[in-house]
Amino acid sequence: MPQPRSAAEIGALYQEMILDHYRRPRNKGTLEKADASVEMKNPLCGDEIGLQVAFDGDCVCDLRFSGRGCSISQASASMMTQLVKGKSTEEIEAIRKQFRELMLGNASAADDPQLGQLRALSGVSRFPARVKCALLAWNALESALAERS
Amino acid sequence: MKLRRNSEFPADLKLRPDSEFPADLKVRPDFPLLANNPGLHYLDSAATSQKPRVVLDALRDFYETANANPHRGAYALSVRATECYHQSRVRIAQFLGVADSDCLIFTRGTTEGLNLVAGSWGMANVSSGDEIVVTAMDHHANFVPWQVLAMRRGAKFRVCELTPDGRIDLDFLSGLLNKRTKIVAFSHVSNALGTINPVAEIARLVREKTDAILVCDGAQSAPHFPVSFDSLGVDFYAFSGHKMLGPMGIGGLIGKREMLEEMPPYQTGGDMIEFVHDDRTTWNVLPHKFEAGTPNAANAVGLAAAVEYLDGIGMDRVRAHERALMSEAQKRLAVIEGLHIYGPPASERSGVLSFTLGDVHPHDLATILDGEGVCIRAGHHCAQPLMRRLDVPATARASFYVYNDESDIEALVAGILKAREIFGYAPV
Repeated sequence: MPQPRSAAEIGALYQEMILDHYRRPRNKGTLEKADASVEMKNPLCGDEIGLQVAFDGDCVCDLRFSGRGCSISQASASMMTQLVKGKSTEEIEAIRKQFRELMLGNASAADDPQLGQLRALSGVSRFPARVKCALLAWNALESALAERS
Repeated sequence: MKLRRNSEFPADLKLRPDSEFPADLKVRPDFPLLANNPGLHYLDSAATSQKPRVVLDALRDFYETANANPHRGAYALSVRATECYHQSRVRIAQFLGVADSDCLIFTRGTTEGLNLVAGSWGMANVSSGDEIVVTAMDHHANFVPWQVLAMRRGAKFRVCELTPDGRIDLDFLSGLLNKRTKIVAFSHVSNALGTINPVAEIARLVREKTDAILVCDGAQSAPHFPVSFDSLGVDFYAFSGHKMLGPMGIGGLIGKREMLEEMPPYQTGGDMIEFVHDDRTTWNVLPHKFEAGTPNAANAVGLAAAVEYLDGIGMDRVRAHERALMSEAQKRLAVIEGLHIYGPPASERSGVLSFTLGDVHPHDLATILDGEGVCIRAGHHCAQPLMRRLDVPATARASFYVYNDESDIEALVAGILKAREIFGYAPV
């Protein structure tokens, strides 16, 4: 019988930074002119995200997200947009892979400075049912990058 | 939409006064999973119920003493398996008020029962220009099969709107009905809100204005209060065993004999045939015509044990217990600031409490409650059309059954207060 989550695990999941991004999402809205546009849904829970990306050469020069979902999905999207803005697709790909490692519970990813604030989401790896929430925006970003190339 | 009361409490619920039965059932020890986990507060019985030991024993007993393929062998063991399967059907039919037990078709559950009606009766009787009516509170299992049927047959698919407090809007329904209406499908009890719908009143309206068949989704009614198909006033009623203390993978469809006999088979194969010629096949009699392949005899036996157990408690008492718990939970939750409860008043709902808490997303709420040992459902409850009308992406849902007691409500309230704290709301 799986045991219920401990208070410490719950506390590690809902860090202040996550709630801050949930309530004051950065880069939320739409771009006037986007080079790639992706909509994604999690049919299991009904979370939705729209992601618009503008490129300057090989760099993501701007991006916005829209939609609704739980604190984990919204905070992940908000932090992601902050972190990848201005970065090259190659750099973004490296961060995306490292973020997946973080979600799989890889301890070295939790110490990786290139993940920046996203490390606040490390507690999610202890909640397999919530990993998909944190990955939704990243899956949308992956599609947006693929759409461009 | 205007606010109106649909009706008084449905006439098919002959309830004794509340005071006669408080929430005093003490059956948790009968359920091994709950008995072995004293800190677990299982409030997701609308999704699936826990199983009492008698059901688990019945499954084991079937496999240890009666296992063979029913309807096949000439040997005594197969005859015993056949007899167990048959007796289970008779027992479950009795529980659901079906005198003619051959009109109870075993299915995998409610979903398959509804698909059976749509695929068989629907494909044979609905044609271009006909109309099919469902309601905005229906579970996807009682919505999508009809939508797909309508698309296949070129029929109109019409959705009955709800009153603001989450009941079927009977005026709206009345306006949808006409001589082209072929099917009216609705849920006896909403899985997402717990609304108990007035079957008799709906049936009267439909019979008055149409020649349509009435299909009732009983997934959330059969487990929770007395149901008698023969006096319910509908043509088909589908239910799931796993929501009423039985095993997963067994349920049933009850239909009127004359309709079942007219209907073409749903699936073909072994057991459902009479004669197979090279160029054609004739069908077996009811209920076998709709039960192709080796039947799920063990789970039928398990479900029969479950209804025996429920009858031992008494379905009036089951309902009264849940009603008392609901009333207590409603009282405790309604005073929590920022908590919003959906649906009609507690006394007119089954043991379902659908709610949201401020800007705390239901999934976050469910995760935090899990930390307190409280299992609730969070999401759209397979009722996206309803969620759109409530204008929420999801709700949290706590649902009660025979094994719940006031300690589960305590834990639920404590968990909700914890979520408020984590999300930075002022203490209440």
